[in-house]
Amino acid sequence: MSRPTVVIDDVHIHYRVVLGAGIGSAAGALRSMVSGSKPSQVVKKVHAVKGVSLVAYEGDIIGLVGRNGSGKSSLLRSIAGLQQPSQGDVYTSSRASLLGVGAALNKSITGNRNITLGGLAMGMTRSQIEELRPSIVEFAGIGEFIDMPMGTYSSGMQARLRFAIAAARQHEILLVDEALSTGDTEFRRRSQAKIREMASHAGTVFLVAHGHNMIREVCTRAVWMEKGQVVLQGNTQEVLDAYEADMEEQPKR
Amino acid sequence: MTTSSNAEIIEQFGLVSVSKTPPLREYLKDTWQRIDFIKELANARSTQQYSDSLLGRLWQLVTPLLNAGIYFLIFGVLLGTRKGIENYPAFLVAGVFAFNFMQTTITASASCIPKNDKLVKAIHFPKLVLPLATALNAVQQYVISLAVLMVIALATGEPLTLMWLALPAALLLQAVFIAGVCLVVARWGARSKDITQLLPFFLRTWRYVSGVFFSITVFTSKFSHWIGVALKYNPGAVYIDLIRDCVMNTVTVSYYVWIAGVFWAVLLLSFGLVYFYRGERTYV
Repeated sequence: MSRPTVVIDDVHIHYRVVLGAGIGSAAGALRSMVSGSKPSQVVKKVHAVKGVSLVAYEGDIIGLVGRNGSGKSSLLRSIAGLQQPSQGDVYTSSRASLLGVGAALNKSITGNRNITLGGLAMGMTRSQIEELRPSIVEFAGIGEFIDMPMGTYSSGMQARLRFAIAAARQHEILLVDEALSTGDTEFRRRSQAKIREMASHAGTVFLVAHGHNMIREVCTRAVWMEKGQVVLQGNTQEVLDAYEADMEEQPKR
Repeated sequence: MTTSSNAEIIEQFGLVSVSKTPPLREYLKDTWQRIDFIKELANARSTQQYSDSLLGRLWQLVTPLLNAGIYFLIFGVLLGTRKGIENYPAFLVAGVFAFNFMQTTITASASCIPKNDKLVKAIHFPKLVLPLATALNAVQQYVISLAVLMVIALATGEPLTLMWLALPAALLLQAVFIAGVCLVVARWGARSKDITQLLPFFLRTWRYVSGVFFSITVFTSKFSHWIGVALKYNPGAVYIDLIRDCVMNTVTVSYYVWIAGVFWAVLLLSFGLVYFYRGERTYV
């Protein structure tokens, strides 16, 4: 049996959502302070992931499927250590990286400087970045725009550059969220090929995608989540068939 | 609780919990390895700050020049306020620049984690990077202000002395102290936004007791000795006086003030590092 790389151990994730903050008046807040009643601010706890356990091995490409709000993205972020589980924990053989550096980039600097910034944010050294720069520029396919501020790009060009930077590095444990593969059809095809290529090099991949074709093609296993819990996991075809059948029965569960 | 089969796997293959913060030494080493990221982040910030203006980053020079010009005009030429200070324009400009640097940096650090919320949620890195990049960005701006101050000092008749060579040391001590304060404030700011409402009051009070526009020695002469000492050795006054000591022949401070400058810098940076590190888990 191959080496385990990720152990998800009974993970629960809660979000604190503040409802109605700033809606009440200052006078109302004062009144509630004086009278000692509870302030009008309502904090609601959302239980996004409810006790998920999973072990992933080297060579696994695991597809996560489920409706919006089923907890897939939260689970993915907790594997990367970007979301603190309220209960349980995630153990990994090395730091898992979420594919996506969009947040690190800055629209007022040039594409070239963004390559440097994004690469450094992912923990690469300057010399590694210089080595990869030509292939990043080529993959993004934005030509001489690379020396213009990123704010002047079309949204498709921005998405392409973001993806090209994120995909430049090899990852041992790779987490991919669906929203990444935007852009035109041609670029979507190229980015899917790139994800497949990365998956073949990476030890373990978690993939969240709405397009089931991609999951059917590349994933070795699939996990179906519903309302924060795992409904079914195992063989990709079986899980997806069951999920699709359920979707047809109850489009909105 | 870990189920027994999972516990076995975790132990046998040496898997590590993702929510565990590395020991302080390793954490600082991780941060140090991101030094280029800190620099690049600070640079991108300054570009962004001025990206919509025609003069661009030239504003970093023009803004302090305009400020200095106004102070020079009002206090030096029109009012002629002296209050027992020989070169009041240079005295005032040094005080205002040195204090503004501290004020803007501390204010910015209070929001440095909430502002970078998206980055924090997308990439794993030591969060220490964020307040340090904020401080570095402010220091770059401050260096330009100090260059303007040197011009003002020369224009108002201060001679070039050997003390000018100590200016980088004064700047370094002040920057280290402020970086330490930023770390503490950044942790508060990550927890709640209330701090951004309170900070202006603290900073204004601090400005008034730090001798930005008056001489503490002259002002406190009618009070008890200890009030004078307390005001003089508060870090705000210490770093302003060190800057003045370097560029103004008419202001000399005792070496006790330099020792105080080292003391506050070391104290705040070491406390700030530990305090910020302890909160690392709470920033995501």
